[in-house]
Amino acid sequence: MPARTVAVASRSGLHARPASLFTQAAADSGLDVTIAHGEGEPVDAASILLVMSLGVPHGDEVTLAAEGEDADRILDELVTLLATDLDEEH
Amino acid sequence: MLTGAGVGRGAGIGPVVRVSPAPVAPTDERAPADREATAARATAAFDDVAAALRAQADGAEGAAVAVLQATAQMAQDRALRTKVLARIADGEPPVAALDAVVKTFVDMFTAAGGMLLERVTDLRSVRDRVAAHLLGVPVPGVPQLTGPAVVVAEDLAPADTAALDLRHVVAIVTEQGGTTSHTAIIAGQRSIPCVVRVTGALDLEPGTVVAVDAASGTVEVDPGPEVAEAFAERARLAAQLAEDTSAGATADGVPVGLLANIGTVADAERAAGTAVEGVGLFRTEVLFLERTTAPTREEQAAVYAEVLRSLGGRKVVVRTLDAGADKPLAFATQPDEENPALGVRGYRLVRTAPELLETQLAALADAQRETGIEPWVMAPMISTPDEARDFATSARAHGLTTVGVMVEVPAAALRAEAILAEVDFVSMGTNDLAQYVMASDRLRGELSDLISMWQPAVLDLVAATARAGQQAGKPAGVCGESAGDPVMAVVLVGLGVTSLSMSSGSVPAVRFAVSRHTQEQARAVAAAALGARSATDARAAAVAALAPEVAALLGA
Repeated sequence: MPARTVAVASRSGLHARPASLFTQAAADSGLDVTIAHGEGEPVDAASILLVMSLGVPHGDEVTLAAEGEDADRILDELVTLLATDLDEEH
Repeated sequence: MLTGAGVGRGAGIGPVVRVSPAPVAPTDERAPADREATAARATAAFDDVAAALRAQADGAEGAAVAVLQATAQMAQDRALRTKVLARIADGEPPVAALDAVVKTFVDMFTAAGGMLLERVTDLRSVRDRVAAHLLGVPVPGVPQLTGPAVVVAEDLAPADTAALDLRHVVAIVTEQGGTTSHTAIIAGQRSIPCVVRVTGALDLEPGTVVAVDAASGTVEVDPGPEVAEAFAERARLAAQLAEDTSAGATADGVPVGLLANIGTVADAERAAGTAVEGVGLFRTEVLFLERTTAPTREEQAAVYAEVLRSLGGRKVVVRTLDAGADKPLAFATQPDEENPALGVRGYRLVRTAPELLETQLAALADAQRETGIEPWVMAPMISTPDEARDFATSARAHGLTTVGVMVEVPAAALRAEAILAEVDFVSMGTNDLAQYVMASDRLRGELSDLISMWQPAVLDLVAATARAGQQAGKPAGVCGESAGDPVMAVVLVGLGVTSLSMSSGSVPAVRFAVSRHTQEQARAVAAAALGARSATDARAAAVAALAPEVAALLGA
C-alpha cells in the first residue's frame, strides 16, 4: 500500500485548525486514508476526532497510507499540507 | 454572597437566566424496534446539527467562525457516526449509543490533556445538540434573550457564546471554567463582567436578581440599591475615562508614552485592542517557566513574531529572560544560592548559562526578519556600564537595533549617565529598584511599608535616572506596576520619565491624570513628594499638590 512519512510543521501540532484542514482534505479525497503517529495504530485520517486524539505535537512524524487509484497523488498532496505551517495563514 | 474568580473589573446587576441543561438519555429509553429507521434518524440528527452549526458559522464573525466550523466538523465526523450507528445496529437505544461513543472520545481527549482538553467542551456541545434532536426537545444552550440578563451556566461552550445575544448580557457567571477559559476570554474581549468557578452558581433560581462584581469576584443575591449606585458610579467613571483614546501627553502637550505590560500572545492581542502606544514590557520568562528544558529558538521566534504582529508595528519592548530569585527555572537556576535575590539572576545568567541569552537574541532577530517589525530589546538586572555594553554588543551583533537595559539595581541608577552612554534607552523596574534601595525582600508582607515606591530614597534614584535620560536625550521609562497608579504617574512625569508601562486596564485613569497637568505642574507634584521625609508623607504631599479635578475624580 502506498505510504508516506512526514513531520507535522504546524506550530500547535495537529490540533484545532491544522487538524480541521487536514481531515477535511482527507475526506474530500474520496479515498480511505489512514494516519499513524510514530509506531502507533493507524486511524481514519478523515475523522477530526480520531486525528486530534493522536495528539501529534509540532515536529513529530506521522505516516499516511491509502489504497486505490490516485493514491500516490493524493498522499503527496496531504503530505504537502502537513509539511506546511497551517497555523500561519490567518 | 457567592464567590469565585473575577475576570476584569466590570460589574453588573440583572436577573439570572439559566443556560438550558443538557438533555439526558431517558432511563427508559427503549431499544429501537426498527433499527434501520433509528439509524436513519441518528444520521439525520448528525446532518441537521452539522448544517445548523455551519449556518451559524456563516453568520458569525471573528474567532467564532473557526470555532463553529470545527464544531460542525465534529458533528459530521465519520468515526463518531460509524460507531454510533454500529451500536444502534446492535440494538442499543440511540441516545445511550451516542453517550457511550462520545464518552470514549472525551476519555481520550482528557487523557491527552493540553489543547485537547479544551475541545471536550465542543464535543459535549455536539453531543447535547444531537441528543436534543433525537429526543425531540429544544436545542440546549442559551434561551433567546429579550432583556438584560445575567447568564448562569456550568460552563459555556464556544457554540453557546456564539449564540448569545451579547447586547443583553449584563454579566456571565459559571460554576466551572477558569480565568483563561474560552468564556473568560470572550467576556474580557467584550468587556462583559464575568466571574468563573462560582460554587453554588447552578443553585441560583432563574429570575433572581444578582449583582456580579468581577473586581471582587463576588455574586450577591438581591442586592440593595446602594450596590446598584456604586456600580453605576464606577461604570460612569470608567466609561468617561475610556472614551479618551488620545496619545498620552501632559496638558501642555509634552508626550508621555502609555504602554502595556504583557507576558503572552493573548495579552498582546488584548493590549492591541486598547488605546496604548504599544508594549513597554514583554516579560519573556512566561515562555520559560514551569518547563524542564528551555524553549527552542524556533519556538521562541514563533511567539515573538506573533506578539510583534499582534501589535501591528506599534512599539514593543522585549525584556530578555528575567529568571532566578522568585522566578526559578529548572534548567538555569543555581542550586543552593544563599541570597537568590542577590545571586545569579536576570542578565547575570550570561555568566553561567550564556546559551540562553544567545538563543533568545537569535530568536528575536528571526522574529524581526520574519515580520519586518523591529522590537526594542532590554536586559534585566544590569549593575554596571560594562554589563550594559556587553549586552548591547551581543544584541546588535544579532541585528537588533534599539537596545536598552533595565534600571533596577541602585548602582545602575547612580551611574545612569555612564549606562546610557552604552545603550539607546533605559526602563526602570520600580518593584526591584525599591527592593534593592530599601534592602527589603519584596515578598515579605511585614516589610511592605519599607518597600513602598513612595519612599523618598527610591524617588531620588528614579529622579537621578530620569535626569540622566534627559541629558543624554534618550528615553527613560518606568515599567513597574507603580506606573499604573495615577498619582505616582504624575510624579514620574514630573521627574522627567518619558513613558509609563502598566497593565492595560490602568491606562485610562493614568492618561487622564497626566493630561490634566502641565509639565510644570507635574514637576511641582514631584517636588512635593521628594520634599517629604517618609513614604506616607510623600504620597500625601503629592495628592495635595494634584490638580483638584484629578484628586476629586480619583477619590484620592
